[in-house]
Amino acid sequence: MNDKPLLQLTGISKAFPGCIANDDIDLEIAPGEIHALLGENGAGKSTLVKIIYGVLRPDQGRLCWRGEEVAIDNPASARSLGIGMVFQHFSLFESMTTLENVALALPQQDLDQLRERLETTARDYGLTLHPDRYVYDLSMGERQRIEIVRCLLQNPSLLILDEPTSVLTPQETEILFATLRKLAGEGRSILYISHKLEEVRSLCDRATILRGGKRVDDCSPAEETAQSLAEKMIGRRVESVKGHTAPAASEVRLKVTGLSVRSDEPHGTNISDVGFSVHAGEILGIAGIAGNGQTELMNALSGETGRPQAGRIEILASDASRMGPMARRQLGAVFVPEERIGQAAVSDLSLVQNSFLTSAFRMGFVSHGLINWPGVGQYTDEILDKFDVKATGIDALASSLSGGNLQKFIMGREILQSPQLLVVSQPTWGVDAGAAAAIHEKIQQLISAGAGALVISQDLDEIFALSDRIAVISQGALSPPRPTGEVTAEEVGLLMGASRTTSETASHVHA
Amino acid sequence: MFTLEARATQSAYASWLSPLLALALTAITGAMIFLAMGKAPGVALYIYFVEPLTSWSGLSEVAVKAGPLILIGMGLSLGFRAGVWNIGAEGQFIAGALLGSAPAVYFFESTNPLILPCMMLLGILGGMAWAAMPALLKTRFNANEILVSLMLVYVAELLLVHLVQGPWRNPQGWGFPGTRMFPDAALLPTFFPGYRVHLGTLIAVLIPFVAWFVLTRTRFGFQVRVFGSAPLAARHAGIGSTQMVWATLLVGGGLAGLAGVLEAASTIGQLMPKISPGYGFTAIIVAFLGRLHPVGVLLAGATIAVTYIGGESAQISAGLPKAVTGLFQGIILFYLLAFDLLTRYRLTRVSARGNAA
Repeated sequence: MNDKPLLQLTGISKAFPGCIANDDIDLEIAPGEIHALLGENGAGKSTLVKIIYGVLRPDQGRLCWRGEEVAIDNPASARSLGIGMVFQHFSLFESMTTLENVALALPQQDLDQLRERLETTARDYGLTLHPDRYVYDLSMGERQRIEIVRCLLQNPSLLILDEPTSVLTPQETEILFATLRKLAGEGRSILYISHKLEEVRSLCDRATILRGGKRVDDCSPAEETAQSLAEKMIGRRVESVKGHTAPAASEVRLKVTGLSVRSDEPHGTNISDVGFSVHAGEILGIAGIAGNGQTELMNALSGETGRPQAGRIEILASDASRMGPMARRQLGAVFVPEERIGQAAVSDLSLVQNSFLTSAFRMGFVSHGLINWPGVGQYTDEILDKFDVKATGIDALASSLSGGNLQKFIMGREILQSPQLLVVSQPTWGVDAGAAAAIHEKIQQLISAGAGALVISQDLDEIFALSDRIAVISQGALSPPRPTGEVTAEEVGLLMGASRTTSETASHVHA
Repeated sequence: MFTLEARATQSAYASWLSPLLALALTAITGAMIFLAMGKAPGVALYIYFVEPLTSWSGLSEVAVKAGPLILIGMGLSLGFRAGVWNIGAEGQFIAGALLGSAPAVYFFESTNPLILPCMMLLGILGGMAWAAMPALLKTRFNANEILVSLMLVYVAELLLVHLVQGPWRNPQGWGFPGTRMFPDAALLPTFFPGYRVHLGTLIAVLIPFVAWFVLTRTRFGFQVRVFGSAPLAARHAGIGSTQMVWATLLVGGGLAGLAGVLEAASTIGQLMPKISPGYGFTAIIVAFLGRLHPVGVLLAGATIAVTYIGGESAQISAGLPKAVTGLFQGIILFYLLAFDLLTRYRLTRVSARGNAA
């Protein structure tokens, strides 16, 4: 190792219309170092790495590579310097094999030779890969391995990973970390982007913390506590949320039996024979890696995809299987889907219009086909006030709200309808820590008041923080729910990663 | 090299500025075309765009022409807002005229004042029936409504020709194609002697205000807006796509059919092999020029009507060919689409690659 930094950024600034994404940021990465870039959503992490990888160009500032100033105009020139990047959203063709996907990204070469190199590289770094399997058949962890191996084949000196663990099970995360440590041991540097504090503490040598587009600190994460890192990241003290107080009652709010749904997306996941119930005063959490049938389950529960192929959905003891979304709401349920823009809210409509979207009948805003807009306006004011939504007013467009504020608005719109059942998917995905805490608190209050809730989330911490019982969805099948106190994160992780074959063996064992 | 880059924010003014700019550029382009044809551009433009507005009879003619354009354009804009692309309003216009004229054809000596309301009702039903076909095919078999509605235009045209040459032909018409002249009771009242402005014109002016009320105050109008701009959100809110396709096509067809019977029962007074100078197609321009907004459609309908009347007077007094009307309408649409593109995207220069890669 020498003392000259591999990559040095000085005074990097980048502005977009309406926001300064990076403001005078310095960053230094030494050879063989695992360097964390830590920050909340919207702190400017993605912008900064896109600048390093040549996707964006800085408005100001200098980039030095091995001590020499360079201009990185595009990803190709980044790669030729020796910078590789694994994006959060993979760029793989689902209908092609692993080998074909790798071949596409590399200069033209012999496929047999490439297969050999691919297998050697994968083996050397402990990454299991099957060159001839089709991507649509692979788990997110396996897909990520393709991306990593694809980078490694280009022999990079710096590997950038953007939120790599957000799609992984705890076990897959361990495999990834072992690989990364091995790479660092060879003298390669790694820039690791994350907002997960424990990971950064266990993996990274140094951490640069961004907040609101500025570099706020540079530290050694091993010497910090998760609490102190969180405070640097968020800029104030974080308080843990209190649980709900109401005991689970015997009254059943949602009962699903033998539910099977065929996905309406190509390569989507079919739901098969799912059954569970949610009681008043309890939260049932459904954990699982994205793309395992969560969307299909959510849409089947809200009635958005029509009648299920088989099974029965009962909302407050009424058979809702054949009902549309509005009729299910009339029974006392509210739904918050994962997609905020375009499904839960319409970006080019105002907040008042968006509050009317789902509250039309439950709040009695329609008589003889006419809309009581003043009433909707008052309701919207109440949402903004009680859920602390930062907006210029009720006439602001939904698109003008930040992700966290929009989610607070949507949660407010549903919770203030005083539902007996709340079904929510990814309640705090991509939401800043302050808003996430507020949303969790509101859900707990609703449950304390006697409602039942189903929370579908990829975030294990969230599942454990909120739920009374936990079930895991994998390949469209649901594990039996178990009380939160009786399961560990590892057990849940194993269920999350259960592949088709292992889940079959598991069911044989049960039988 | 240039590339189009999506704009982060769209100016609200730009959306209304682009029709005005499109009209201005159309005038400039028109002047250049007149110059190339050897006509004095100033005079030609005056005859085309200004003269129709300088006399009561000119204004009256503009209003009469604007009526069907506004009615059809209003119905289409509702569908376009919902993302339902009804291109066959011309066919629905003819179907409305046909069914609506039936009482006048069969009871050609009637003096019953109820015949007129009855005709208007039948006209609406005729247009709806014609629009129901693409609606049924789209909702049941997912057939593209653009193709189906467009092809049905030709069916309607041939049906009209068949009727006026065959079963409905005027027995005292010396063999010319066309029905009997409608009885007086089946003709729309006019308001000012000597001018052709009639009850249909008044209805056409009122309809946009009704539409505006429906769009802003009723649940149906809200559903149309949500369905068009965010189909998944519409589904989330329980707005059924089958209902929306049916509703918007029926409303569009009904208004086009009403326009058809109003036209037959006013300026023409009978059915002939050709009863529309392409109102159903020109109304598509009206809908977009009017930004799919009720008041916009009202203004756009009047503007496009001027090009019809201006085209006629330009033929007579400046010796310009009739094709100039269609040319102008085409140029307006061309510029409008160009400006709309530029309000949503910006043209940026891409530096030559290769030096860095």
